[in-house]
Amino acid sequence: MSNKATGITDQPTGSGRASSSSIELRLPSRLGYEKVAMNTAASVARLMGFSEERVDDLKTAVAEACINAMEHGNKLDESLSVGVVLSMDANSLEVKVTDNGEGPQTRTDAPDIDKKMLGEEEARGMGMFLIQALVDEAEWVSSPPQGSYARMVIHLSNPAA
Amino acid sequence: MPELVTRVTVEELPAPSGGDPITVMRFSGDITSASQPAVMGTYEGLPDTVKRILLDFSKVEYLNSSGIALVIQMMIAASKKGQKINSFGLSPHFKKVFTMVGITKYTSLFEEEATASAAFS
Repeated sequence: MSNKATGITDQPTGSGRASSSSIELRLPSRLGYEKVAMNTAASVARLMGFSEERVDDLKTAVAEACINAMEHGNKLDESLSVGVVLSMDANSLEVKVTDNGEGPQTRTDAPDIDKKMLGEEEARGMGMFLIQALVDEAEWVSSPPQGSYARMVIHLSNPAA
Repeated sequence: MPELVTRVTVEELPAPSGGDPITVMRFSGDITSASQPAVMGTYEGLPDTVKRILLDFSKVEYLNSSGIALVIQMMIAASKKGQKINSFGLSPHFKKVFTMVGITKYTSLFEEEATASAAFS
C-alpha cells in the first residue's frame, strides 16, 4: 500500500478542450489523513481561481467524502487506501473519492435538528448532505466488488453553491 | 497527518448586565470524532448550576461533521438542563454550515465575544 501522492498527469481529452490535468492521491484509511486531500484540493482550486468561499465549500466536501470512504467504505482498515483523483479543466474541478466498500448507507436529505435534539435521529450522519449542498454536482456510485466512489464537481462559472 | 488535539479551556465570566455568570468553553485545534472526551468530558464536568454557556470557536483549525455532531450532543444535554448556549468565533463558512444543518435554532451565532455575552441578558 502506498500512502503517498502518486502523481500529476496531463492528458488530452475528447471533449473539445485542449487538455485536462489530474492529480491522484492514495490515502490510508486513517482519520485525519482526509486533510491531505482537503488541502490539496484547496491548493488546486485556488490555482484555478476559485474564490475563498468556494474553496472552503470544496474543503468541507472533500473532507467529508474522504471520511465516509475511510469509515463506511473501508471500515477504517488501514490496509485499504482511499483514492482521490482531482481533474481540472478550464472551467471546473472534479474530485473523485474511491473506496473498497459497497456504497454509501447514509442519507443526503437535510438533517432534522429537532429530531436530533429529541434523540429521534442520530447526531451524526450529515456528511453526504453537506457534500451535496456545498458543491455544484455530487453523485455516489456503487460498483461492487471493485468498490465505490463519490464524485464532486465545482464550476468556475457558478460563484456560489 | 494526525488530527490536532482538541483543547478546551473553561472560564467563568460575570454577565455584562448582571444575572447568571457565563461559562465560556474555548476550543482550539481540531473538533472531530476524536474530540468526544475533550468536548463532552469538559461539558459534563461543568457544575449543574451553570445556566449560560458561551462557545468560543475562534481558535478552531478544523471542524468536520463528526465535530458538529459533538456540538449537537452538547446542545441536547444543555437543553435537558435548561442551559442557554451562544456561540462566537466561527468563520463565515462554518456559520453557513451551522445554519445549513439547523444548529442555529438552538444556539445563536455572533461575531464577537462581547456581543455574544451581552445577548444572554
